Amino acid sequence: MASGRLLRSRVFRRTLAVVLLLTGVAAAITGVVGWHANAIYTRSAELSIETDANELKSELVTRGFDALVKLVAERSRSGGSGIYYLADAKGVYRAGNLTRLPDWSTAYGRGLFSYKKGGTSRTAAGLLIEIDGEPRLVVGRDVEDQRALLLAVYRTIAYGTALLLLVGLAGSVLIAHLIQRRIEDMSRASADIMSGNLSGRIPVDGSRDELDRLAVQLNEMLARIEQLMIGLREVSDNIAHDLKTPLNRLRNRAEAALADGRGADVWRSGLEKVIDEADELIKTFNALLLIARLEAGSTADSFEPVDLSSLVADVIELYEPVAEEAGFQLRSAIAPDVWVDGNRQLLGQTLANLIDNALKYAAAAKDGREIAVSMGKEAETARLVVADRGPGIAAENRERALKRFVRLEQSRSLPGTGLGLSLVAAVARLHHGAVRLEDNAPGLRVVVELPLARSVAHVADSAPDLSYEKEPVRG
Amino acid sequence: MRVLIVEDDREIAHFVQRGLKESGHGAEVAYDGDDGLDLALSGSFDAIIIDRMLPERDGLSVIQALRGAGVRIPVLILSALGEVDDRVKGLKAGGDDYLTKPFALTELLARIEALGRRVSSEEPATRYAVGDLVLDRLTHKVMRGGEPIVLQPREFRLLEYLMRNAGQVVTRTMLLENVWDYHFDPQTNVIDVHISRLRGKIDKGFGKPLLHTVRGAGYMIRDGVG
Repeated sequence: MASGRLLRSRVFRRTLAVVLLLTGVAAAITGVVGWHANAIYTRSAELSIETDANELKSELVTRGFDALVKLVAERSRSGGSGIYYLADAKGVYRAGNLTRLPDWSTAYGRGLFSYKKGGTSRTAAGLLIEIDGEPRLVVGRDVEDQRALLLAVYRTIAYGTALLLLVGLAGSVLIAHLIQRRIEDMSRASADIMSGNLSGRIPVDGSRDELDRLAVQLNEMLARIEQLMIGLREVSDNIAHDLKTPLNRLRNRAEAALADGRGADVWRSGLEKVIDEADELIKTFNALLLIARLEAGSTADSFEPVDLSSLVADVIELYEPVAEEAGFQLRSAIAPDVWVDGNRQLLGQTLANLIDNALKYAAAAKDGREIAVSMGKEAETARLVVADRGPGIAAENRERALKRFVRLEQSRSLPGTGLGLSLVAAVARLHHGAVRLEDNAPGLRVVVELPLARSVAHVADSAPDLSYEKEPVRG
Repeated sequence: MRVLIVEDDREIAHFVQRGLKESGHGAEVAYDGDDGLDLALSGSFDAIIIDRMLPERDGLSVIQALRGAGVRIPVLILSALGEVDDRVKGLKAGGDDYLTKPFALTELLARIEALGRRVSSEEPATRYAVGDLVLDRLTHKVMRGGEPIVLQPREFRLLEYLMRNAGQVVTRTMLLENVWDYHFDPQTNVIDVHISRLRGKIDKGFGKPLLHTVRGAGYMIRDGVG
């Protein structure tokens, strides 16, 4: 049903409509030009006939019939386009290049008639003038050329229109066909992708036309979707793997307690362990959900100016005793008055995660139990650095370490969700910042860069009340 | 204390109800927002635990209706929504505390008791005393048995919060939220170390300990048998 599809094709219908319109306009223009040319010729012929007739009439009136005969004979011989016939009172031919009164094709007195010249019949326009109440004088002009021109114009319109229509129709079919073929290629490719071949792409022909640009754009979109899908698959694989372990442990503990014959006390401690495992699982789920939401960017509307300097100082104060207890020295260098637009809770959690990590991973280090936190301000960014003297992360693993659930082999045995660094990365991204892992030689340096708060004026109003007379927010 | 539980999940509702009754409180359950609002307006409760997502009328709109009617009962919002903004929205709507599901019963009980206590002493006292330990909120002085104790500002706030809730369990997250204003879970147990430092200052060398660890729940300051 190729013709049916052709008629349904939008491109074909539109192109055809344009062709029809253009053809109509071309015909109209040619017609108007022809009509005007005809009118000008007609007018000039009429004028010349009238002048001629008036001259002849005045010759008759002032000099008499014989003088008129002479004048008509003279003008007939002059070889111009003038056509004359003059008869005497008896109706006998006296002068002129017509030998008899022509047949008028129109009303008496004025109109068209045909005459013979050199064996061919030609058309003339003329005036039949009465002398003494009898039609005896004809003054005319040859209009055969004018008629030929008009005919040529009409013929041009007819043939031209037909040609335009033909070419236009063929062009429409061709354009529609070409576009349809491209679109069919595209829909074939997308059907293939829909059926599961996520690495499939829409063909690009390199012409850089609009369809090609669209195809390139769609391909970029497909590449992004594929990337996301791969990421998602990786994440769900990791979730399945990493959640199975604690679930297994939870089940084993419950089972072991149940099988123990010693009674209530053992059961109680078994249940407590089960609850601990469940709590760990809940923490992991919460962290996962939080990361997912941060990546969806749904919390950015809760941003407000945050005094990063005092937040960092607060978190360090929170961790100082723990670090000290664990034999660490928690050193800090904090530039004052650094503000960013963000969410205080998330930023606090970021630093807490980084210090948690440092405490956890550098704990094995014999010497260099030192964690250095620094916060500085550059032209447009706040730069938070947490550096430890632990084993660090090998350069080739750093990129991977920021991903969800990636726990490098060396850390598999340590407790934790494996989500700490990826949460940090997600928070940084949400704040339009970035995280870099660097070599602290030895140890790990985590650099978090965040754009500074945009409005400083706003900042002054919302500076938190740090006095501790203040009741808790909800109080 | 009489507590109204507005929760459509019957299992959770009964679990909480039993928990409240076992710790000596009265508890009644409403399974949807409309019933919850009617009961809450009856005025026979001291605190409300309300789920955010409810049939008929969601939790936040119940709270708004209550507050609109001038009812000041403390409300604890329970929610499966853990988004960063959700807690802010809940508190803005008139809630007094916010707890994300799944939760530990001990956490819920500790929070609801703290809420109930807050109403009975609307104006925070300027001076707290537990046994021979005295904290003066105006002069920022802490004394035990007449001896002055020097505390860091944060230690002072920690002790102040514990003493305001004297005789009641205070969980680690409650301390983190109220003393540090953090609403996240640190992996390491940072609070324990702060408590042990505080304990070193207020209990060490004073015979009878006042600051107690409640296993599986949190901490409690009280004068009595540990």
